[in-house]
Amino acid sequence: MERRVRFNEDHCKSCELCVSVCPKKIIKIRTGLNRLGYHPAYVPDEDQEKCISCALCARMCPDAVIEVWRP
Amino acid sequence: MIPVYTRPKSLTDVVSHYCPGCTHGIAHRLVAETIDELGIQGRTVGVASVGCSVFAYNYFDVDFQQAAHGRAPAVATGIKRVRPDAIVFTYQGDGDLASIGMAEIVHAAARGENITVIFINNAIYGMTGGQMAPTTLVGQKTTTSPFGRDPRNQGYPVKISELLATVKGAYYVARFSLHDPANIQRAKQGIKKAFQYQMEGKGFSLVELLSTCSTNWGMTPLNALKWLEENMVPEYPLGEFKTGEVS
Amino acid sequence: MSESVLMKGNEALAEAAIRAGCRYYFGYPITPQNEISEYMARRLGEVGGVFVQAESEVSAINMVYGAAGAGGRVMISSSSPGISLMQEAISYIAGAELPCVIVNMCRGGPGLGGIQPSQADYFQATKGGGHGDYRLIVLGPATIQEGCDLMATAFEMADRYRNPVMILGDGMIGQMMEPVVFPEPLDLTKLPPKPWATSGNEGRKKNLISSIYLDPEELDAHNWRLEEKYRKIRENEVRYEILHGDDAEWFFVAYGTVARICTAVMQKLRRQGIKVGLIRPISLWPFPDEAFEKVIDRAKGFLTVEMSTGQMVEDVRLAVDGRRPVYFYGRTGGAVPTPRSVERRLREMMDGKVPSQTDYFDRVGGAAR
Repeated sequence: MERRVRFNEDHCKSCELCVSVCPKKIIKIRTGLNRLGYHPAYVPDEDQEKCISCALCARMCPDAVIEVWRP
Repeated sequence: MIPVYTRPKSLTDVVSHYCPGCTHGIAHRLVAETIDELGIQGRTVGVASVGCSVFAYNYFDVDFQQAAHGRAPAVATGIKRVRPDAIVFTYQGDGDLASIGMAEIVHAAARGENITVIFINNAIYGMTGGQMAPTTLVGQKTTTSPFGRDPRNQGYPVKISELLATVKGAYYVARFSLHDPANIQRAKQGIKKAFQYQMEGKGFSLVELLSTCSTNWGMTPLNALKWLEENMVPEYPLGEFKTGEVS
Repeated sequence: MSESVLMKGNEALAEAAIRAGCRYYFGYPITPQNEISEYMARRLGEVGGVFVQAESEVSAINMVYGAAGAGGRVMISSSSPGISLMQEAISYIAGAELPCVIVNMCRGGPGLGGIQPSQADYFQATKGGGHGDYRLIVLGPATIQEGCDLMATAFEMADRYRNPVMILGDGMIGQMMEPVVFPEPLDLTKLPPKPWATSGNEGRKKNLISSIYLDPEELDAHNWRLEEKYRKIRENEVRYEILHGDDAEWFFVAYGTVARICTAVMQKLRRQGIKVGLIRPISLWPFPDEAFEKVIDRAKGFLTVEMSTGQMVEDVRLAVDGRRPVYFYGRTGGAVPTPRSVERRLREMMDGKVPSQTDYFDRVGGAAR
């Protein structure tokens, strides 16, 4: 499956700014840790279809973690 | 799939040292996007200042010089005078630019030096651990204004954009905020204009970006954005203060 | 041009710098070196160069940092208080290994001091001045001609070692007029390339000009790498003149214009059959220790004469290392040692006495030893 929103999870610092701006509220925080020791943000595969590719998350992200695509 | 947003090419692929949620990262990304869109990566030279942005050179894939505290506009002047075809920008915080570097920034503007200044205003000294900055708001608590900034003792915040807009040599002076996507988009347009004006040889441009420091403000990244919107934006009005030669 | 022209020292040094390929100059007014800036303001435009009058010495030297980092052949000049203001950036320039030439037309200090000639910035120039482990190459010309000749050497060494070079004039050099013959202008197309410069990274990896090393191991390595460079400079760039080293028993040690005063006294005494010689350091750093080795066997004593309360004399003592007596005589603040008082000190030394260090204590009594 092709993802609309892709997180470079190893660069994520779990600030949750992306979570706050997502109009579809589909960005979640993992319970596990990434290499930096943060709980990275992600969009579950089952919610990828709900993404409207507005890219607000990517424009808000301070760490350039997020890339957004549309079909 | 069609790309809507991809990581800027002129941003290096490393994890920054900035704290989680720090808007420095957003400002970096906007500058990198601008460099990409204008196609100037191969002729851009950045000048890093002292403060949290001291490591800015690690994050941009362009030539860089690291300047002494406050002196970035002077260093940029030296670079631009030797390399007039280079696109030269400084990236400075409020301690660096508005306190120790006040002389350099005012005179670079007065000379109409054809450089672009990205000025991060987060109302505090971040790198050194949260001391009072010239931009600290009245009443704001910092480690060196532990009871809140008291104008009788510590004076008032310095408003750089308003001040530089009175300088004839400054061509473009604008203030934006990084607290939400809409404002970030406006900031991006301002940064792009500032670089374009330099490419057109118009002279000095400065973009002030209201930013957060959640660590030293003692807030979550989200609450810091809210505090910025509610407290800093009223004190530091947003907008383009000057475009063009005549003040 | 091989004809001799009569010129003021400051202007001659500026012209020599342009002939040595200097195209970028940043300055700030201060007496007694203003003629350098004024000459550059007039002349640099004619050769396609850039002159900027900065808002302060602090800003001017940081413009030099930027210009040198961008690959420009750059010079700055000032006088003592202005050079003090520049120390932070000079440390950065040395730390980031950038080439530039700094002219200090030294005036009397401390503080605001005066505007007359002095050599009281010897410590600042040769021992650091700014923070951290670093060295400037320091050259002390005794004549305007020598200053002009050293200018090309200064730029060449700055590039070769990627290190700031200071020309330490003693105020008199800047203000007096002398005949000078300029070298032919350098062919700028033959200057060595600077692939490390911040010129835009089209087609190559990015360049970084910086002096920050937060990792202690990295900073330690950086400092020892610098020290290795300084060792090479010590080995290869010592410059000095010895007069009558073949027979002299008593030596003046002096640099800059004071060496000319001592030379006049030496000549007078030699006409009377007294075996006097002179050691004149030209490179103040690296200090010419080897000059002393050449004469130490025959030497009976050294008299160091300076326009300071005794700065270079410490290096003389280190070089002589207790093997012979080393004495000092100095004037400060624009007062210049007279031939008569210099001669008196030398004769006292020859008589086995300790010469008084200055005329001041002769007048008011007491003596600082």
